Order: sequence, then C-alpha cells, then structure tokens
Amino acid sequence: MKVNGKELEPILPMTLKELIFDAGYREDRVAVELNGRIVPRSDYAVVLLKKDDSIEIVGFVGGG
Amino acid sequence: MIMLPEKSELEGALCARYPPEIFAVLKKAKVGIAGLGGLGSNVAMMLARAGISDLIIADLDRVDISNINRQNYSLDQIGMEKTEATEIQLRNINPYIHIEKHNVRLNPSNIPEIFKGCDIVCEAFDIPSEKAMLINTLLERCPDTAVVSGSGMAGFGRSNDIRTEKLFANLYICGDGVDMEDVEGGLMSPRVNICAGHMANTVMSLLLNGEL
Repeated sequence: MKVNGKELEPILPMTLKELIFDAGYREDRVAVELNGRIVPRSDYAVVLLKKDDSIEIVGFVGGG
Repeated sequence: MIMLPEKSELEGALCARYPPEIFAVLKKAKVGIAGLGGLGSNVAMMLARAGISDLIIADLDRVDISNINRQNYSLDQIGMEKTEATEIQLRNINPYIHIEKHNVRLNPSNIPEIFKGCDIVCEAFDIPSEKAMLINTLLERCPDTAVVSGSGMAGFGRSNDIRTEKLFANLYICGDGVDMEDVEGGLMSPRVNICAGHMANTVMSLLLNGEL
C-alpha cells in the first residue's frame, strides 16, 4: 500500500478512518484521495483498504 | 470630483499590457473566494488588478480593528461586513467588475449553489476543520471547479518555505504547512501576502495555462 508516496505494510483489515488516525492526522482536518478519487468524508469509516491501494492524505493547518 | 475612466478606457489600459488573448481569458473567468481575511481580501485585490472581472466572494464576518495588520481593509471600514468592504475596495480598482456577495456561513448545503459555475475557488478560511469542510465539499460536489487553498503562512522570514503544490487532480495548496499556533509572531502581513500571492498566481496559471 502507498500512503503519500511511501510504501507501507499495514495490518489488514483496516478502514480509511483508522489509517488517517494512525498516520497522525485528525479526520476533521483532512481531504483524502484513494486511487486518484476523492473519498467522501462520510465514507472514511466504511472504506476497507486493500493491499495495492494508493492513498493521498492532505492535512490543513490554521491561519488565513 | 474624480472622473472615473470609461469601461473601454480601463480595459484598453489593461489590454495594452497583456496580449489581447490573455485579457480575453481573464475577462471571461469566474473565480470564487471563500473567506475574506488575510488571504482572501488580498487575493481578491490581486485578481481584480490582473483583469479578472467576475468574482463571487463569501464571508460571514465584519471588519475588526484587529484585522488591519494584514487584511485589505481601512480604518473607516471597521464594523462593516467584509463582503461589503471588499466590494468597495475592488470597485476602487475596477468600478465595472461583477461581484456576487454572500454574507453567510458556508456549509456543505450552500457551497455547491454559491460557487456554481466558478472555474476556480480560492479557499481562504483560517480554521483547519472549516478549510477541510470547504475543500471536501467542493471536490466532492463541484468536479469541474479547481480549488486553490492556503495552508500555513504564519510568522516572518522563511519566504521560500511558502510553495505551491498540486496535491490532487483538482487541488492546489499554497503555504508552508505549519499551523499558526506553532509559529512565533502569529499572522503577519508580509508572509500572509506571500501566500496570497502564490494563490492569486496559481489562479492566473490555471486560467492561462491550464496547469501550474
């Protein structure tokens, strides 16, 4: 599995919500692309990750 | 009494600096700005000066005295709705600009309707969860709209740490990725403007080149 360009060997089964937390992000401060497609926030808890998935997580920070 | 130039005279002055085909693209573009604080109020001015003449601006706040250190407002605008104050500033640059104002709290229900038809929306909020809400809503619901977001611009110096990256198919992030809470000095005009400049320049690049 690739997360933000890095190869990872996570223990499956794992939901996207669990990965976001394990990767150190807060779920309410991110946007996520799974295999090139945006994942609706309401799906984070139900999306089960697969071994060959590619995931991009972007975290947003305060100030503007 | 100040005599305003005619619309054709003003456009002619812009055209004289750009090739006409560039001006034609900018004139046709529709750009949204969500949040009119340090980023949004300055992005709006840069885009208007560059010849973009169709803007949708949204913010719930009023101008506060604490905004003056970095936001594009003047003392006589304290207490005014930011959408109204921004419109006044923009009309001083271009009285013929088309501005749609939304003095509302943006949420997943009203965002797709408010920014419908925008080529690009600039995310210029300050709270991380609000940024994420806006960006997710736009990416999910408005697939034809590119999103340019500002994330991390607090402090001073380190000018070159502020950069622009394409992260998703339709998402461009400008900033250094460092939360304002972790930076000594908080938000300061020069560095906020560097980030705003990245955002406005990304808008230009996407409109004129279709890419960064």
